[in-house]
Amino acid sequence: MTLGVSESQSPEGDLPADHLAETSEAKQIEGRSLGQIAWARLRKDKIAVISAIVILLIIAVAIFAPLIVKLNGFPPDQFNRTDANGDPLLNTRDGGIPIGGLWGSGTSSEHWLGVEPQNGRDVFSRLVYGTRVSLLVALGGTILAVVLGTVIGMVSGYFGGWVDTLLSRLMDIMLSFPTLLFIMALTPVIADRGQDLFGIPDDNRLRLGVLMFVLGFFGWAYLARIVRGQTLSLREREFVEAARSLGAGPAYVIFRQILPNLLPTLLVYTTLLIPNYITAEAALSFLGVGIKEPTSSWGRMIADASDWIESNPLYLFFPGLALFITVLAFNLLGDSVRDALDPRAGRS
Amino acid sequence: MGRYVIRRLLQTVVILIVISAITFFLFWATPANPALLICGKNCNSETVAQVNATYGFDDPLIVQYGTYMQGLVSPGGRTIGSEGSERECAWPCFGESYQNGIPVWDSISDAFPATLWLAVGAAILWLFFGVLLGLIAALRKGKLVDKLSVGLALFGVSFPTLVFGYLLLFLFIVKLQWLPFPDTANAALFTVGPVKWLQFYILPWMTLALVFAALYTRLTRANMIDTMNEDYIRTARAKGLDERTVVFKHGLRSALTPIVTIFGLDLGGLLGGAVITEQIFSITGLGKFAIDSVLSNDLPAIMGVVLFAAIFIVVANIVVDVLYAIIDPRVRLS
Amino acid sequence: MTESVTSAALPDARAGKPFLEVKDLQVHFPTDDGLVKAVNGLSFTLERGKTLGIVGESGSGKSVSSLAIMGLHKGSRAQVSGEIWLDGSELVSMSVPEIRRLRGRQVAMIFQDPLSAMHPFYRVGDQLTEAYLVHNDAPKAVAKKRAVELLDRVGIPSPQKRFDDYPHQFSGGMRQRAMIAMALMCDPQLLIADEPTTALDVTVQAQILDLMMDLQKEFNSAIIMITHDLGVIAQMTQDVVVMYGGRVVETGNVRDIFYRPEMPYTWGLLGSIPRVNRSGDGRLKSIRGTPPSLINLPKGCPFQPRCDYQQYVEGHSCVDELPELLQIATGGHRVRCHIDSEKRKQLFAEQIKPKL
Repeated sequence: MTLGVSESQSPEGDLPADHLAETSEAKQIEGRSLGQIAWARLRKDKIAVISAIVILLIIAVAIFAPLIVKLNGFPPDQFNRTDANGDPLLNTRDGGIPIGGLWGSGTSSEHWLGVEPQNGRDVFSRLVYGTRVSLLVALGGTILAVVLGTVIGMVSGYFGGWVDTLLSRLMDIMLSFPTLLFIMALTPVIADRGQDLFGIPDDNRLRLGVLMFVLGFFGWAYLARIVRGQTLSLREREFVEAARSLGAGPAYVIFRQILPNLLPTLLVYTTLLIPNYITAEAALSFLGVGIKEPTSSWGRMIADASDWIESNPLYLFFPGLALFITVLAFNLLGDSVRDALDPRAGRS
Repeated sequence: MGRYVIRRLLQTVVILIVISAITFFLFWATPANPALLICGKNCNSETVAQVNATYGFDDPLIVQYGTYMQGLVSPGGRTIGSEGSERECAWPCFGESYQNGIPVWDSISDAFPATLWLAVGAAILWLFFGVLLGLIAALRKGKLVDKLSVGLALFGVSFPTLVFGYLLLFLFIVKLQWLPFPDTANAALFTVGPVKWLQFYILPWMTLALVFAALYTRLTRANMIDTMNEDYIRTARAKGLDERTVVFKHGLRSALTPIVTIFGLDLGGLLGGAVITEQIFSITGLGKFAIDSVLSNDLPAIMGVVLFAAIFIVVANIVVDVLYAIIDPRVRLS
Repeated sequence: MTESVTSAALPDARAGKPFLEVKDLQVHFPTDDGLVKAVNGLSFTLERGKTLGIVGESGSGKSVSSLAIMGLHKGSRAQVSGEIWLDGSELVSMSVPEIRRLRGRQVAMIFQDPLSAMHPFYRVGDQLTEAYLVHNDAPKAVAKKRAVELLDRVGIPSPQKRFDDYPHQFSGGMRQRAMIAMALMCDPQLLIADEPTTALDVTVQAQILDLMMDLQKEFNSAIIMITHDLGVIAQMTQDVVVMYGGRVVETGNVRDIFYRPEMPYTWGLLGSIPRVNRSGDGRLKSIRGTPPSLINLPKGCPFQPRCDYQQYVEGHSCVDELPELLQIATGGHRVRCHIDSEKRKQLFAEQIKPKL
């Protein structure tokens, strides 16, 4: 885990100098929009730049997974029994642990991160493909949660009255659900039901959709509350009053006047929700209710590897590290975005 | 105050009824045929009919829901089973497990203490370290200690429980061998004594506490910095109070108020089960019970544990609201 | 009070010295954007029983100066220099524990917005007794008796009952009264009132000012009245300091400032007071432009960018050279302006006075 430490702390040490540069920049660009100022600040923020690069790399890995896996030539669900020389990879007598490599992980010039015990699937390939699952589920869930939360929050705050009462109660109820338990219980049930109702087989494409759906569906209420509060106060502002007195309809006011003012909040919330959902997907797959075999997911890999923690700790280490770095990068970027949009928030 | 509590309690009852209804209909409406889950491989048309009669699956859903709720609210519980094989299910009746026929409430009350110890121990840890670090960081703002705390907190927030738990397990149990492998038998304080009990719980506590401690550090720091810039802090200094009184009596009191709220909700949420931590360290608490029930499609058990957890969250909400009204006098009148 | 803090003071320091003397006070804040020069060379004196007004726009350094007298910049990043002599003790060089013993007891402060200046979680009465108990080794009952007395004295009805209220249960005017009572808990010799009536409506404002004048007679305290409201200055004070951009631009007794002002900034301030019997076109005059950045103060006169009378100065000295604060009469009337004194008098009489 040393990689993580140095990554998070060495840029932290550079903060003051960085900070100075940033504020003098801010002085020169007076008169620019908040978005431009924030963007300029972000570009000066080393932590933000580094984490953005890391995130872009991770996204690239997800997109080009098939190409990357071609590099070592082992498809993620191919069972490898022997190496290029025909020597066995796994010790069949000893429960199937890999032969050789660092700490009994089977690392070699062919299998860069080793092979899976028992099955001999290539860990590197599975890790690369796991990136896809993580990002897809997190992005899908986040988009759904943010869209639902924004729409419901704005409607609730803008219209008030019984609509607000009803939607606010709904938010209360959604927030009272034991979310993780509920998602955990519901995912297999919905996947099962999808099979019956729509004739879709319970494969991992369906599971991906179900995961996105439950994460998004149970994650909107908190954002909706924030958006509702902001909409309430924005609604009373002069420019909205002015637009309304000129005859602007609710749709115009909501989308052209209120929504743009909510964007900073939404942006910050989105960047911080993604790592949450990456963790959640890993947790669900770890528990056995998310992505199933043979598709690889980091959570699934950690669950499998936990059985081999004594004989082959590296097998557990790689997906754990991947998960950690991804979540850290998103969190660091999210923090920087928040600081850039509201300099008083983190540094005052 | 009394009125306020009563009104909140009534709201809570409504929320609980809605949650129970949603949960019930979602879970019971979804499986194509719950009877198939129960008889499993022995299913034929005869056994299915028999199971349907026994569990009342032939009745309309709303009737089934009524029956279920009766078991929760009626002091006498309810009866389960068809004529000839009826048995009492004492209050509070969450039904019987499809897997082994054990009343769900028995399993829940068996599993709860482990979760309670886990959650309370972790809560003490994270509250202590979170508030302490946050406070020190705020008072030494901009100094090395502050930067270290902020960095540490970001690091902690980004450490998925899943990864941190296994890291601790690998480090302290596998590699250094300072602690024995988790043995569920050691989870009961009064039978195994404090040493084994602590050995059992220390890593789970740390695992569960990490993310919260990091969040509380950030929260305490931010609140404390805001508070120390308040006008009333300047007033306190202008009175001639010494800095310790200013910080602890005037500053911390305000800075911690929002934390009390969040703490209540976090703890309430955890009492329904800390699934990941329990799974990693094989703690037979509510979370483990829940995941086992989910994996074996044991509907009454799932339903029971979800409802039980929801009760904690909802109750935590009230407790927090009342507590807030006690701490912040401005809330009392409104 | 003499037994208090004498370590920084010479034994005979009090002889012939004014009660409060501020000499060349400077307060600078280092920030990421540069050094904020909030106060640059403030000097004044004040005797017991008298009231000094400090007037200026927001950001002119008024409040920062008062916090410096309370020693409230100590422990922050602010750099304070100059001298503040209070009753024979020098406050700028005083250590925090020493000055803490003065705060609330010898010098007390009445803050601007009493809702945010009182702790929302503690009862008003407890906040008052706290101010007493920190300096007096007395039982709580004594402190409570004193607090109730003072609440009564500042005009809070049924003080015994109101003692147990929280700040949010008080009205704005009552909170300000309670704030004054809190400041008076230890009979301070110097009261600093920072915009004490700004947040209040006009009738309450008048009551509070009357109250402060009554109390001043009763306790013989010195008062520094910080405000941007010249009406308050006219009613309350004997001497006035006009601040601009962290500098004193004009100072004198209240008649000098109102009847014989010579600094264009003071003219502007006077022109912006609403009056019913105003002659001319009846419009209020505002001073054009905005206050200077305290980071990049102009090299010359701080008011130069907004001054309409620069043409009466030969050359570019308004831009290039900081005018000195020069005495123009025997009474201590000082003005910081490059325009010739006779010319200023003429300008005031011909152009300004008729429009006031």
